[in-house]
Amino acid sequence: MIHKSAAEMAKALTNGETSSVELTQLHLDRIAAVDGDVKAFLHVDTQGALDQARSVDERRKSGEKLSPLAGIPLALKDVLAQKDVPTTAGSKILQGWLPPYDSTVVSKLKDAGIVIMGKTNMDEFAMGSSTENSGYGPTFNPWDLTRTPGGSSGGSAAAVSSFEAPLAIGSDTGGSIRQPAALTGIVGVRPTYGAVSRFGLIAYSSSLDQAGPFGRTVLDTALLHEAMAGHDPKDATSINAPVPAVVHAAKSGDVKGMKIGVIKQLQGEGYQKGVQARFDESLQVLASLGAEIVEVDCPSFEYALAAYYLIAPSECSSNLARFDAMRYGLRVGDKDGASAEAVMSATRDAGFGREVKRRIILGTYALSSGYYDAYYGSAQKIRTLIIEDYAKAFAKADVLVSPTAPTTAYKIGEKVDDPMAMYLGDVATIPVNLAGICGMSLPAGLADEDNLPVGFQIMAPAMQDQRLYQAGAALEAALLTKWGAPILSQAPALKGA
Amino acid sequence: MALPTYDEVIAKWDPVLGLEVHVELNTKSKMFCSCATEFGAAPNTQTCPVCLALPGALPVVNKKAIESTILIGLALNCKIAPYSRFARKNYFYPDMPKNFQISQYDEPICFDGYVDVEIETDEGLKQFRIEVERVHMEEDTGKSLHVGGATGRIHGADYSLLDYNRAGIPLVEIVTKIVPGTGKYAPEVAKAYVAELRDILRGLKVSDVKMEQGSLRCDANVSLKPIGSDVLGTRSETKNVNSLRSVERAIRGEMIRHAELLNEGKKVKQETRHFQEDTGLTRSGRSKEQAEDYRYFPDPDLVPVTPATIWIEELRATLPERPSLRRKRIKEEWNVPDKEMAAMINADVLDIVEATVLLGADPTKARTWWLGEISRIANDQNIAITDLAITPKDVAELVALVASGELTDKLARQVVEGVIAGEGTPSEVVAQRGIKVVNDDGALMAAIEKVCAEQAETAEKVRGGHLPAAGALIGAVMKETKGQADAARVRELLLGHLGQAN
Amino acid sequence: MSSLSRDDVAKLAGLARIEMTEAELLELSSQFGLILDAVARVQEMDLSGVKATSHPQPLENIARADEVLPSLSPEAALSAAPAQEDSRFRVPQILGEAE
Repeated sequence: MIHKSAAEMAKALTNGETSSVELTQLHLDRIAAVDGDVKAFLHVDTQGALDQARSVDERRKSGEKLSPLAGIPLALKDVLAQKDVPTTAGSKILQGWLPPYDSTVVSKLKDAGIVIMGKTNMDEFAMGSSTENSGYGPTFNPWDLTRTPGGSSGGSAAAVSSFEAPLAIGSDTGGSIRQPAALTGIVGVRPTYGAVSRFGLIAYSSSLDQAGPFGRTVLDTALLHEAMAGHDPKDATSINAPVPAVVHAAKSGDVKGMKIGVIKQLQGEGYQKGVQARFDESLQVLASLGAEIVEVDCPSFEYALAAYYLIAPSECSSNLARFDAMRYGLRVGDKDGASAEAVMSATRDAGFGREVKRRIILGTYALSSGYYDAYYGSAQKIRTLIIEDYAKAFAKADVLVSPTAPTTAYKIGEKVDDPMAMYLGDVATIPVNLAGICGMSLPAGLADEDNLPVGFQIMAPAMQDQRLYQAGAALEAALLTKWGAPILSQAPALKGA
Repeated sequence: MALPTYDEVIAKWDPVLGLEVHVELNTKSKMFCSCATEFGAAPNTQTCPVCLALPGALPVVNKKAIESTILIGLALNCKIAPYSRFARKNYFYPDMPKNFQISQYDEPICFDGYVDVEIETDEGLKQFRIEVERVHMEEDTGKSLHVGGATGRIHGADYSLLDYNRAGIPLVEIVTKIVPGTGKYAPEVAKAYVAELRDILRGLKVSDVKMEQGSLRCDANVSLKPIGSDVLGTRSETKNVNSLRSVERAIRGEMIRHAELLNEGKKVKQETRHFQEDTGLTRSGRSKEQAEDYRYFPDPDLVPVTPATIWIEELRATLPERPSLRRKRIKEEWNVPDKEMAAMINADVLDIVEATVLLGADPTKARTWWLGEISRIANDQNIAITDLAITPKDVAELVALVASGELTDKLARQVVEGVIAGEGTPSEVVAQRGIKVVNDDGALMAAIEKVCAEQAETAEKVRGGHLPAAGALIGAVMKETKGQADAARVRELLLGHLGQAN
Repeated sequence: MSSLSRDDVAKLAGLARIEMTEAELLELSSQFGLILDAVARVQEMDLSGVKATSHPQPLENIARADEVLPSLSPEAALSAAPAQEDSRFRVPQILGEAE
């Protein structure tokens, strides 16, 4: 049962073949069996999950009309506040914090009867691309436990790819959903900025952050997308418009006559051979399905990484100022008449990891007087150019595509001391965030050289998220026919499973 | 060296002012969240994830606060920006939960306005124009209570206790351009400016403008330059100036302090100073280890404010009469002498007197009641006159009762006491206390005869033409009639009785 | 080649309220050269006349009505406080003056 898709599980629930309690228990058992190796979860809320599952079962029994994913278990990235459940954003500075409120995403999940099994590991405050920056130790890639699952939503991606959960939620500031989806062989979507409420999403970079769904199929991902998206008056940057018909698009997947733009700047040099090969192959598949492949030029994308690593740190330096040991979270050094100022500094030293400190300092610098225009100001202008490049590209193509990440999953520890090498892994995903548009990563097969998953990225204009699913579902179906079985069936078995 | 006198200061130095006034708006909910804004609520009962800056919480701006700020801008003759944004002002302080304040930086919502004030000078009434640089929106901080050490001061405290009820209450900051050319009248001009602002804001009904509760706070920048010089001196910024009188005192004090330093060839330090209500002096703030760098940037959680022209014009149409014009009009319509007008403004009774007059009361009588008896009771009870349980309607009724002869002034005072004590409207108090004017001449004559018999010697003096002696007899008659007689009638009857009628 | 000295980093750490050991200051200072070179690429393009984008969506005038909704209970508000007293957050002595 746990190897089925969420859509199939939902059908089984509707047919009475299984119950939510049973389904949830199966996944909790799976977590107990394999998570000692994968370490996808920071907190498993066994009791809360079973209570929620029981309540959905009762509602179903009483004949209540339930939403499509009611009773399906899910793994939640620890970046989203859930009332009375430990929420840390992967940081020691929030160890033991129990939010007194639910994020809007969590409220929506609860309303939809989706069972939240626990909180997944992540790079501290979503800063990182490997989950190695978690304050609680790394998550391991189920395909190869010596490798990272990507990040920052590595815990969520690993949970889904190791069948600990059929669905998961991540957040994507520079690629943190799409890149781990690519590295673990699953589907991940970063919705249009403003499509999913950020209320209760612990902020890394406010103008870039967006929560989104993970699933093992395009349809599962669409079902979760629909459940979590929608206007929220508690988020001033939330878009007041209907959620695009993503489920319909995922069911009707068709690229006949669709113009697919290949971004010149996001391929070739710097991309692993096997990654490029799988990407090219997917393009051919799309062409064979009747899509028209065109090349588009986005010259300013060359500067996207630089702009991102100014904007995100700048915003984070301010967003993370609230972690000061005064109202919640860790407090260090409060003794012998130490001042509030000293306690703040000592706590922020002890509570934040190296990468977080690095980005706070970088952001503090980029915003400081005398440097603002040269750094933050210039980055904001690059952002304008990137938006313009996308506008021109979307005038020529319905969706744009690229490999999701330049490489497959790398070894744990390989890049942790080389921040620039780590940052380069985000080169293909970052432009989407800067422009506030939507993007999907779905499996394109395994790289020949290492037999590790490769992600295929699809990008669409703001609030045209259905195009991702339309193209993604078509490619997914064609590749499945080609492979004969889902990509995850090729993953090695985990110990304890 | 002794402190220079104020006259010595102004003989040599020319003051330049700059005033920053913070106004707490009286919106029902906070600037960026839906918590209540009641003053004096129990600690931390008006807080939520947003104003406590819990992880994940997001601000959403209060539309009423934007509207109030535009109104203020319009009332101060400002231009309203077609596009303005919120910015984050980053600095760490425990009373500020996010460790940044949402404010406005280079894109304020209102800019380029002015306020005219009039003050009494040696050459008569003179008008000064205070130019307003900007009016912008921001949020208030929480309140700290310092425990241990001396008298709740931050210095030497062992620890502090924080209440975030006030955190996030909408604040509007009104910043003047530099104000030159006020000369020796600088302190009065500053005071008049703050008073005028207060009246404008009150007229707009956008703030409680209670300086004693901190809903109107003034920071005063003062610098001195040699008379005739174009070069500005170094300024100090004095905070905590929490009454109109303090504005005047603080500026006068700073002028003297600066002059003393400059006269001795020392430099004025550019710094923040704190006004001490008790001494009228300022003290230096503890200097910071390093210069602040607020790293302002547009708040990515909020979107631009782009008020439509039509909305601005709708708001402009609702602007009340400008206080200065209103005062001029009232003074003329009611024929109020200068001194009385000043007294009314000082006692802050213009609104209630006008309300009373609008209910039909004679302006002079209305003014006398509010400025006299009622003000006295408010002073005795140490509360604001508007907080007494007596309304313009009550006073209008009272004036009418006196005018119709149903009450004497003396009896009316008892009625005022009754109304303030919560016994009801003037008529109700009259009925309940059984107060009535004794206008039965027979009863009065009986009392007069009785008093004249008892004080035969005094009565003889009056009969002999020594009229001042009549006062004692009248007093005794009034006492005899328990104050219910009309004193004028008593006098008339008494003098007639003693053969001294005119 | 851009660089940040140890003292520059120390100043930034002060602004960011992060205590740093000498080793941390030196490490960051040595890493910053490369990082700054990389991010300084934003200055390579001619950006004159280009508008700055601080926000990806062209939203304006999003505001809420002035309505009061229930606050947290003081117990909930203070539930995570490292220290509290009399329904207030207790914090160590504050050295600096308020703004």
